[in-house]
Amino acid sequence: MRLLTWTVLAVGLIALLAVPFFPQVVYPIFVMKTFCFILFACAFNLLLGHTGILSFGHAAFFGSGAYITGYCVKYLGWPTDLGLLAGMLAAAALGVIFGALAIRRSGIYLAMITLAMAQLVYFFYLQAPFTGAEDGLQQIPRGTFLGLLDLRSDITLYYVVFGIVAAGLWVVWRTVNSPFGAVLRAIREHEPRAVSLGYPVARYKVLVFALSAGLSGLAGSMKAIIFQLAALNDAHWHMSGDVILMTLLGGMNTVFGPAAGAVLVSAMTHYLDPFGAWVTVIIGLVFMSCVLLFREGIVGKLGKILKLNTNFQTDAAPAPGRLEKSKSEG
Amino acid sequence: MAPGILQAKALTKSFKGFYAVDGVTLNVEEGSIHALIGANGAGKTTCFNLLSKFLEPTSGSIVFKGKDITRSKPDRVARLGLVRSFQISAVFGGLSVMENVSLALQRGRGESFDFWRSPRALAHQRPRAEELLESVGLSAYKETPAAELPYGRKRALELATTLALDPEVMLLDEPTAGMATEDVGRIARLIQTVAKGRTVVMVEHNLGVVSELCDRITVLARGQILVEGDYETVSRDERVIESYIGGGGHE
Repeated sequence: MRLLTWTVLAVGLIALLAVPFFPQVVYPIFVMKTFCFILFACAFNLLLGHTGILSFGHAAFFGSGAYITGYCVKYLGWPTDLGLLAGMLAAAALGVIFGALAIRRSGIYLAMITLAMAQLVYFFYLQAPFTGAEDGLQQIPRGTFLGLLDLRSDITLYYVVFGIVAAGLWVVWRTVNSPFGAVLRAIREHEPRAVSLGYPVARYKVLVFALSAGLSGLAGSMKAIIFQLAALNDAHWHMSGDVILMTLLGGMNTVFGPAAGAVLVSAMTHYLDPFGAWVTVIIGLVFMSCVLLFREGIVGKLGKILKLNTNFQTDAAPAPGRLEKSKSEG
Repeated sequence: MAPGILQAKALTKSFKGFYAVDGVTLNVEEGSIHALIGANGAGKTTCFNLLSKFLEPTSGSIVFKGKDITRSKPDRVARLGLVRSFQISAVFGGLSVMENVSLALQRGRGESFDFWRSPRALAHQRPRAEELLESVGLSAYKETPAAELPYGRKRALELATTLALDPEVMLLDEPTAGMATEDVGRIARLIQTVAKGRTVVMVEHNLGVVSELCDRITVLARGQILVEGDYETVSRDERVIESYIGGGGHE
């Protein structure tokens, strides 16, 4: 079983690394865009799945990452790496503001507050002189990464994006499994009890907001570099809706489920493009059937099936053995 | 009377003109088990929420270990050593029994905002967690999700979680509410064991438990103190009998 898992992972990794050499099979720019959405969805899920906070304003972070990076690289002439960092930090700072205001309420009211603030941010990018309004911030130079790697080449860019997304996902995974992540789960499960154990819940929420926003911003920043464009629809509330959709499709109670959701949504919008306006209808139908068939999401359901299988295999013999061992130790 | 570890002076809470707690003065002595009893609607739970700072008092003051906590935040008083439990058993349902206790233990490390650290940073507290689970009889359920425990076991887990913080004062909100008879006895014995070297304030309906455990009893009625004393004094007081029968008659 474990061998199978590792084989699947290894084959997947090799396939991903080989992508830029087979542009006739899959378009590398599309894969890079999907990477950005994967990071976006997993970062968003730090709030929804792991802390139990529904934000309806994550487009503001994604869009801010894109615009701030674009502005720094194009108008201030910053190197690309610093531009990405600036986009991420700006989004994180915005996350602190959103978080500090929104967590005064919970549930649907919290979602409405984040939506309202995200709309303010959207109109800022619509009106601000540097953003190019409906045209977007165009012709962002890709530049070089760390002064060494020329990002004008799609192949180099691909590996840099791959590396950054992998690092971002590692941060998500680490956060979820850290002592801090354990407190987040406690807040999700029973907030008053977390308070009664002495945890200053508000500060935890603001910090996780900042983390989630920062990583979402990084995803937006990379999208701006890949397409050399920061566009209004990056900050539009549709984007906030899309990321919720991806997360729920993939499974919000898993660490990487949202990644699967991101791939699915991204692939549907890409490959179903010839159907034009029908794409929305198709995505809607897929979403409905997913929610009706497996409420825990694609990965959540898959995990349950696999776990059931492993339980059958291991429960029969070794479990009592383990129990005896722990007894003799104690 | 010597100043106790937890004192309330003229504690009052009004909800839009309705006085749920009206001028209650309490003095909880260190090391005692103190019960708050009274008929339904007497203000026990409100009083309890005021003491644990989950509600802001309208007026009056609360002093814990000589420190005024009247305007403190609830998580702050928990860190000072005044920890409450809940009437509806409050466990982290989706987490395993072990994780529940572990969460309380890790509080001792400070505020744990370390999102970059591996869970191995907590490995050293495992023996203590196992000890605590052993003490409440949950050793066999370590990896069970807390939501799947039977009700009585959930209360035991909640007690273990509270104990993990090693609080000086434990506030227990109806620890035996909704329990089967055999569980009541077990939890009562457990409270007696863990109360050694600590102070306990509890709201309790079960008078058997109160008579068995509590050193001092405060009877509330209509938000005010009716009588205070040991079980003998309180159980003989005519006003208490009347209040209980009167309160019971409406149910």
